[in-house]
Amino acid sequence: MKAVCWMGIEKISVENVPDPKILNPRDAIVRITSTAICGSDLHLYGGYIPTMEQGDILGHEFMGEVVEVGSGIKPDKLKVGDRVVVPFTIACGRCFFCQRQLWSCCENSNPNYWMAEQLMGYSPSGLFGYSHMTGGYAGGQAQYARVPLADVGPLKIPQGIPDDKVLFLSDIFPTGYFGAVNCDIQRGDTIAVWGCGPVGLFAIRSAFMLGAERVIAIDRFGYRLRKAEQAGAETINYAEAGDVVQTLKDMTANVGPDACIDAVGMEAHGHGVMFAIDRAKHALRIESDRPIALREAILACRKGGTVSVPGVYAGFDDMIPLGAFMNKGLTMKTGQTHMMRFMKPLFDAIEQGEIDPSFVISHRVPITHAPEMYKVFRDKQDDCTKVVLDPWADGARAA
Amino acid sequence: MQQLKSLQRGEIRDNSSRWVSIGKWSAIASGTALAIFGLTRRSKTGAALAAAGGALALLGSRVSTVPGQLTAHSSVLLNCPREQAYGFWRDFENLPRFMRHLHSVNKTGDQRYQWTALGPLGARITWEAEIVTERENELISWRSLPGSEVEVDGSVEFRSAPADRGTIVEAVVIYRPPAGSLGKTVAGVFGKYPSFIMRQDLRRFKSLVEAGEVPTIEGQTHGPRSRKIAALRFLNPDQPIRPESREAFSAVRRTA
Repeated sequence: MKAVCWMGIEKISVENVPDPKILNPRDAIVRITSTAICGSDLHLYGGYIPTMEQGDILGHEFMGEVVEVGSGIKPDKLKVGDRVVVPFTIACGRCFFCQRQLWSCCENSNPNYWMAEQLMGYSPSGLFGYSHMTGGYAGGQAQYARVPLADVGPLKIPQGIPDDKVLFLSDIFPTGYFGAVNCDIQRGDTIAVWGCGPVGLFAIRSAFMLGAERVIAIDRFGYRLRKAEQAGAETINYAEAGDVVQTLKDMTANVGPDACIDAVGMEAHGHGVMFAIDRAKHALRIESDRPIALREAILACRKGGTVSVPGVYAGFDDMIPLGAFMNKGLTMKTGQTHMMRFMKPLFDAIEQGEIDPSFVISHRVPITHAPEMYKVFRDKQDDCTKVVLDPWADGARAA
Repeated sequence: MQQLKSLQRGEIRDNSSRWVSIGKWSAIASGTALAIFGLTRRSKTGAALAAAGGALALLGSRVSTVPGQLTAHSSVLLNCPREQAYGFWRDFENLPRFMRHLHSVNKTGDQRYQWTALGPLGARITWEAEIVTERENELISWRSLPGSEVEVDGSVEFRSAPADRGTIVEAVVIYRPPAGSLGKTVAGVFGKYPSFIMRQDLRRFKSLVEAGEVPTIEGQTHGPRSRKIAALRFLNPDQPIRPESREAFSAVRRTA
């Protein structure tokens, strides 16, 4: 089959690799009909996530049809022919964490848990196509994928709804929604969202779905800010506004946003001396993240407010304003999304026409174009917000 | 049994290997220093000093730090009743399903089992052990029979976690390998990290009991590997990146 492989820093290629096999009783094999490049894949592209190996298959946003199931899966849970969206986190459903709905903290899905422990003390769940530290599972930017513990994660989708509407239940829609849920939104709340990429855009819409009064979105690209405006947000272009924290004060009568969502993560951009220092440290790999959005979110948040972090961080960060965090009595909520908590309710919202997630798509290309699309997406060329890959288009082998 | 208990509480420490290790490293350090000092003299005496220092460092590096006794100790929390965890372990023939280095455990008598472990390059080590103590749903301990090539004492304890949070399983196994090549093979099985191996085993035990399977990527499809990664994966499919690996975590280590 064809698969998008990580071959080194900023080296992506489409390779012909053997088809996946069932390895465990609770595995399933899915023939992928749609898959996408996630903003977090760009951290792998840039080499900022440790424990990648040459030849790893990328991708954690995919859906398709079940073509094979392992002996441990009961037919009422999953069977051949089912159409499914696969969540990017892998969970067993039976450990302490799964039973408390903390699905992305599952203890039985990461065979390389000890690698993550070196970095984080304890390991999160296994993830598809996201370094060996989170399991080293082959990802879904391919024609087929092996889905472990397939009787827990995959959400069955009835025929008749196009892939484009449900594909993003695999990650970015629940992730943006989780970012908004973590804000514990009350009537009258103003929510500030850093980053108007796909997760930021879903966080904006989710904040309104959960009853926010105002959402203020922060980015530096006009085309992304326009998408935020279409979602109902007021916007700040930080490249023009200069001081984001002061601008937010001005916009909120010096109260500050009730909650702040960092939908940017480890590769933030900014300006001024701090950004120059961060960028240099990041390039030299002496700081593992560039936490500019997180710093601003902590400084801007109103007293007693919440900072919600769906953006991905990998390691150790400098100059986090903990003084502000402590003295203002803030709460921080974060985590890889507990996917299985949100997929079904959000599918229902899509089915009832409350939201159509396909608004984020800017590019649809055959899988063979993936390598250049990583660059286009990373460099924000061609007004790129979301790239959907068709594993079976033109040059790809017939089924 | 008393000794196992004490070991679990950390009261007994085997210090001999530590002294060997200190001697080894001081030999390497002082030898190297002497060699550098000698080399900077740029004279015949200096050259002699350098040669002596080099020899000392070389000897030091060759001293074996294989300890007389390997202790593997770890614990894990299982989301299941004590009876279930105990029952799975008590059937000793289940052990190779989660103890990666074991080839088989076969019942040979009433309370006796033959254990076969796999060493480096497929070498097999066999010993016979008997169950010494057995308290249902609480504790099992076993001991190799007198005259076995490898001396093994093992014990596993099952305790209920508070507020129905499952079962705490704590295991200690002490190996006393014989001198010579068999000892080296035994040491090779457990490497430098016997407790890490025990922790891996207990995590697999947990996954088997909770999820019904052990998570794995062994045998999964992938793109072309570099030669180095391919070689490491061939040597150790479970962990091509070693716990002590520098490059895998270099970015993070430098900032930590």
